[in-house]
Amino acid sequence: MLGETKIQELVNQVLALSKADQTEVLFQGVDAALTRFANSHIHQNVAETNTEVRVRVVYGKKIGVASSNDLSPEALKRTVDTARAIAQLQREDPEFKSLPQPQPIQPAAAFVEATANFTAEQRAQVVSVLCRKAKDKGLVAAGAFTTAALETAVANSLGVFAYHPGTYADINTVMMTDAGSGYASFAHPDARQVNAEALAREAIDKALRARNPIALDAGDYTVLLEEYAVTDLLDFLNYLSFSALAVQEDHSFMKGKLGEQVMGDRVTIWDDGAAADTIALPFDYEGVPRQKVTFIENGIARGVVYDTATAEREGRQSTGHSLPAPNTAGPFAMHMALAPGCTPKSEMIKSVARGIWVTRFWYTRVVHPMRVLITGMTRDGTFLIENGEVTRPVRNFRFTTSYLDALNNVRAIGDTTKLFYDDWSGAARRVPALLVDGFKFTGVTQF
Amino acid sequence: MKDITARALNMAQVRGVTYADIRIVTRLTQRLAVKNGKVEALEQAETQGLGVRVIAGGAWGFAASSRLEAKEVERVVAQAVAIAKASALTRTKDVNLGAPISIKASYQTPIKIDPFTVSMAEKIGLLLKADAEMRRAKGVKVARGEMAFVRENKIFASTEGSLIDQEIVESGCGIAAIATHLESGEVQVRSFPNSVGRHQQTRGYEFIVEQKLAENAARVGEEAVALLTADPCPSYDATTVILDSSQVALQIHESCGHPIELDRVLGAEAAFAGTSFLTPEKLGNFRYGSEVVNITADATIPGGLGTFGYDDEGVPAQKTDIVKQGLFVGYLTSRETAQQLNLGKSNGTMRADGWNRIPLIRMTNVSLLPGAWDVNDLIADTDDGIWMETNRSWSIDDKRLNFQFGTEIGWEIKSGKKTRRLKNPTYTGITPQFWGACDAVGNEQAWVVWGTPNCGKGQPPQVAHTGHGAAPARFRNVRVGVIK
Repeated sequence: MLGETKIQELVNQVLALSKADQTEVLFQGVDAALTRFANSHIHQNVAETNTEVRVRVVYGKKIGVASSNDLSPEALKRTVDTARAIAQLQREDPEFKSLPQPQPIQPAAAFVEATANFTAEQRAQVVSVLCRKAKDKGLVAAGAFTTAALETAVANSLGVFAYHPGTYADINTVMMTDAGSGYASFAHPDARQVNAEALAREAIDKALRARNPIALDAGDYTVLLEEYAVTDLLDFLNYLSFSALAVQEDHSFMKGKLGEQVMGDRVTIWDDGAAADTIALPFDYEGVPRQKVTFIENGIARGVVYDTATAEREGRQSTGHSLPAPNTAGPFAMHMALAPGCTPKSEMIKSVARGIWVTRFWYTRVVHPMRVLITGMTRDGTFLIENGEVTRPVRNFRFTTSYLDALNNVRAIGDTTKLFYDDWSGAARRVPALLVDGFKFTGVTQF
Repeated sequence: MKDITARALNMAQVRGVTYADIRIVTRLTQRLAVKNGKVEALEQAETQGLGVRVIAGGAWGFAASSRLEAKEVERVVAQAVAIAKASALTRTKDVNLGAPISIKASYQTPIKIDPFTVSMAEKIGLLLKADAEMRRAKGVKVARGEMAFVRENKIFASTEGSLIDQEIVESGCGIAAIATHLESGEVQVRSFPNSVGRHQQTRGYEFIVEQKLAENAARVGEEAVALLTADPCPSYDATTVILDSSQVALQIHESCGHPIELDRVLGAEAAFAGTSFLTPEKLGNFRYGSEVVNITADATIPGGLGTFGYDDEGVPAQKTDIVKQGLFVGYLTSRETAQQLNLGKSNGTMRADGWNRIPLIRMTNVSLLPGAWDVNDLIADTDDGIWMETNRSWSIDDKRLNFQFGTEIGWEIKSGKKTRRLKNPTYTGITPQFWGACDAVGNEQAWVVWGTPNCGKGQPPQVAHTGHGAAPARFRNVRVGVIK
């Protein structure tokens, strides 16, 4: 961790090196460690320290970007020079107007000293609990435990300076028998909140119940989607449908639907980067404060997220959802949430005459973007519900179903939510469980 | 740099490790992207750093930093040793790497034209020309193109005496046209030479020139638009499918390449990427495919995206038989996993995604060897079936058995001829049954070493660049068309 003062000095140094009409500097620093376990022992255990500056320079309407993780004065100058040389070779971007102007940013408390200082030994102690609990029950434990401290800062020559320190802890485990497996995970800014005993209990219970599954026929089923599965619905809606770019390029179902009922009337989905119950980052990678954006309110389409480029195309303000330049993917929601309902999972199960309890999804991919038609597998705990009771484990299903249809067929929403963090994208999600009718399973695997 | 490697290894030994290696990696990446006549991204990125891997107390530790300074090297080594000692708290047995390896060598990707010496203007011009050609087809909503170039320099040194430096160069490019029809909700895409952004090889700019992006762009645009009104792919419980070579490449990647990674087989990826149906007792006696299925892992194929001189444990690049006449005979191994299964030496597949990641077992160039069929003869020999081309979606279960793939375009085959165009084709199956029903593989003339620059594995996440040689191949009794 370099701290705000040093980072401000560094970005000012870069801004001073640039002779461009406008210049933006994005600083990203990470101190992360990950303890990975399999076969009930730690087999991979790593730590990383990295700092990177990314420079965007603007000459007229020509833009160039260069980045480096070498912070020496020579390397910073080389990076600025490279960005300038690239900009000079660039064609003019007729749509470009300006980098963002400064706006007030409300800081979000997301840094926990104890997480930043969490040691390899502390992580190993948590993992030891999981491995020991597995062995006690004759199971095998696998999983990963990450603790990380992140620093993000954005400055530009128009006066923007935004700095945010944050931490997160993310742990998951799969507990296995020879004939089934169970899963549990937990994410939080504070690593001390990890409860290894509770995680072990959840995953072990699932694994023991999952032994010797039977094969059921594929078909349409009522499904209880646990929070682990529901987070995937939000990920694909974000990727395919909730960005202004997807709407502008005619491949989002939201196109022309604002104000219309597009999902079940109990469904409300938003993005809020400054929320107290997420892993917050209160501004985007252009230094624009993240606004709370409601995508769906009681099933009615309300809005999508914008970065500066997509906002200018429609003559409006960015909502603070840019990715780092040069961004070809469009705006991206990093703190989505699905509103909880009032039904405990136990009550959902009681209400199902015949259905499937799904722990989580795996390897989900787009089949048709406009319909949000997705294929994937179930994994780590799939069970048959009969007459209001979980009766037996079943072999994992392949599904090919529209997530949009699923959110139109919500029968009940869980009364609690769970937080997730995805270290591939850096996005956090908070979701409840869902009870959904008419979920299309299209195949069955052999376990 | 060699001062740093010597210092790090010395400090590790002083701290009592039984093994240590260090990699110092510098990676230069250039990325260009155009969309609808506009240059969307011009970017050059440099990343450098060191990663130190140690065995202490019989267990692994790894630490990495972007700061190549003497004091930081000391901190990183100490951190790696402390992490290894924490790992040892749950140790069940000591890590065994087998016989020591000491190699002093250099390797450089052979290239004709250094892509970093070709002007941005030339690259942009080529992409914009292709972009304009695609948009000549009325109905193309988005035309896009991209190029990517990588130069990675890395030094590997170990306490066993190895000192290896390598320079790997990659060049990649691709174009795509997206046609949409809002009223019907239809979105169709055609890509060239491959989907998911680009095709890539360990070659210089000559690779880009050979792809002929501009020459193929008009067809790509026209096919995307034509797909909007094409007939949907019918559903069959069992029919004949011929996959084009790029789709065969992805089929190999997902249903053969991943399940033969021995770390995965032994449970190392159980919580994330999953395990494998190719369990150890199947080695040498499991029928993976039909007699015409021959698969190798070969890190020495010229230009393959999985081609290198030495892996990131300092083991020389090799060619290994994986499937011989349908029989499963080999895994991808590391030094540690080769010992765990008493397989002797590693076959050299440990690759790290840069300085800040540990090496994992990754595919090199895992390829279906050419068969005997001229592709025209293959089509002419098929009475009733579907030709499927260019991947659009891919999914497979966590043991790599149940898969489902979709392609961008399909063509109905009737009486030995390609007839009507089909949209949204998909097929699904179970891996050994599918490969068991492969009855014909295209010959060497149709064989292409495709590059997959987006293979994810590991925690923290790593992206590997893998190669797959493939020709079109025919499969019988395939379930097709699950989209209703």
